[in-house]
Amino acid sequence: MPTYEKILLRNMEQPGYTGSLADYQKAGGYKALEKVLKGIPPAELIEMVKKSGLRGRGGAGFPTGMKWSFIPKDHPGPKYLCCNADESEPGTFKDRQLIERDPHQMLEGIGIASYAIGAHTAYIYMRGEFELGARIVQRALQDAYDAKLFGKNIFGSGFDLEIVLHRGAGAYICGEETALLESIEGKRGKPRTKPPFPATHGLYQKPTVVNNVETMANIPHIINRGPEWYAAIGTAKSAGMRIFSVSGHVKRPGNYEVPLGITLREMIYEHAGGIRNDKRLKAIIPGGASAAFLTPDFLDTKMDFESIAQAGSMLGSGGVTVMDEETCMVWAAMNLLEFFAHESCGKCTPCREGSSWLLQILRRIETGRGRMEDLDLLVSLSKRIEGKTVCAFGDAEIAPILSTLKFFKEEYETHIRERRCPYRSNVELVMSH
Amino acid sequence: MKLKVLSEKARAAIEAEFAKYSDKRSALLHALRVAQEEVGYLSEPAMIDVAELLDLTPVQVYDAATFYTLYHLKPVGRYVIQICKTLSCALVGAGPMIEHLRERLRIEVGETTPDGLFTLKRVECLASCGSGPMMQINDNYYENLTGEKIDRILDDLKREGKSSLASGPFQIPVLGEKR
Ligand SMILES: Cc1cc2nc3c(=O)[nH]c(=O)nc-3n(C[C@H](O)[C@H](O)[C@H](O)COP(=O)(O)O)c2cc1C
Ligand code: SF4
Ligand code: FES
Repeated sequence: MPTYEKILLRNMEQPGYTGSLADYQKAGGYKALEKVLKGIPPAELIEMVKKSGLRGRGGAGFPTGMKWSFIPKDHPGPKYLCCNADESEPGTFKDRQLIERDPHQMLEGIGIASYAIGAHTAYIYMRGEFELGARIVQRALQDAYDAKLFGKNIFGSGFDLEIVLHRGAGAYICGEETALLESIEGKRGKPRTKPPFPATHGLYQKPTVVNNVETMANIPHIINRGPEWYAAIGTAKSAGMRIFSVSGHVKRPGNYEVPLGITLREMIYEHAGGIRNDKRLKAIIPGGASAAFLTPDFLDTKMDFESIAQAGSMLGSGGVTVMDEETCMVWAAMNLLEFFAHESCGKCTPCREGSSWLLQILRRIETGRGRMEDLDLLVSLSKRIEGKTVCAFGDAEIAPILSTLKFFKEEYETHIRERRCPYRSNVELVMSH
Repeated sequence: MKLKVLSEKARAAIEAEFAKYSDKRSALLHALRVAQEEVGYLSEPAMIDVAELLDLTPVQVYDAATFYTLYHLKPVGRYVIQICKTLSCALVGAGPMIEHLRERLRIEVGETTPDGLFTLKRVECLASCGSGPMMQINDNYYENLTGEKIDRILDDLKREGKSSLASGPFQIPVLGEKR
């Protein structure tokens, strides 16, 4: 099995490493923050991050340095940095590991990013279910404040920074960056219409950057080892390492940190140990529930932003869900539509109504009550949602349907013709809320 | 200002949050959490107290409280079981675990046992997809569930109010370990 030098998971995989401030500092932690505050001007820092090629790890893959550069430099009032620790994309569990096992790595990244954009307040928006994560980060923050790594006049540089842990309360949509901002403002987490973008009108209508936990965790390493080093890892357009969360029917589910651009085959068969009980692979979701299903024909596709997009899916959140030959594709799509119908925030009609209609049709087919016209109906309904919603959730909810229809249409037809699910004996039906 | 149901301790815990934001309203999610912890659920008087403390209307508070799934608008059991039903967990047997819980607790999803101990909820992905089936009970995650493990957890909670089967910080899979 190919092995790679780990970056983000390295500390925590050392025996005895607890993620405490002492351990993190012993491993070289907070040196990057010190170096930056003592001698790298923000503009130069932003150039470094641009040069590294780092792209956001939250889902959209937006170039991080460029995002920072959109923040108006001469803005008189406050600016904000928000770290997105809402991790709720089904199939994704990497941020939780980064938060629970090495919280200071994320905090150091937040410190550096805040300095780069001139923010004196940073919020960590953590999903409400992460009780343990919240306790660990609160403790880490306390220790860092006590060591004067945050607060006033950090490292005597004159730079002040407050970092606040803000906890959500259960709502997938709050991971969408503008919904996240609404939620910090104490409102329902409903995405805002864009433009204006958070870079100019973010939290409290002030310039704001929202960055994912893993994105933040990369920053100290880029500073310590240089943007050229980072840019040389991965592919030309997708630089660096990425943590993929692999789950489903694999022998070794877990988080794997690898350079961007390894093949799906290597990920599934080498790192994750192949399919359980040595069954055949049937389908892969390469980037969280919002990404289209792929088939074994795509096993040699490279796991970088461009290649996966070219294959018709997306790298998204890095959550790789693997399904074996006994998995019913109608059932799988239905399971995800239950998720989407439950999590739609309700702001736009096509998404709110469409998700429950789609679910209703899928349920009908899965339980043997479908009609052949339903297949066209699924497509035409999906097309009426696509591109017609306030946030990307609308496009996400149709991905499982359109992709399973594309690759497994005959399976839908069998359900309808035989008036039953051909897999029912193997795969239990998880129904409704 | 006299509060209806929240204690002075809760008031202090809520007001301590104000300094962290440029707008008091940002403390709303925290305030609701504090209120829920104290009262057991978000009763109307508790929400009115929160509105009072944050200078909001009760409707603004109710509007937010009804949006987020972790707030309970009705009383719940001492232990709220949230079992994940989303795809990755469902692929590795979440369905039978949900059935097991229903049979064992003799309640339907959404209900509370007559002794007021357990409420059963079926929820969406909790970011533990590599260790499914999994559930969260109050503050703790329980992973790689089997029927037997669930029985032990419920017995532990009944007897001692806690269970040693709760997961600690994210477990790193030992290389070569097969599940
Ligand atoms: C419906 C929806 C849910 C999202 N959920 C998350 C999430 O849980 N965590 C996250 O980091 N980004 C999530 N995102 C992406 C964010 O909107 C945003 O792009 C990201 O946090 C930016 O950080 P990055 O540039 O570092 O990736 C979501 C987006 C959408 C449309
Ligand atoms: S697309 Fe769906 S989730 Fe996004 S704003 Fe519209 S209703 Fe809300
Ligand atoms: S699918 Fe169950 S925790 Fe993610």
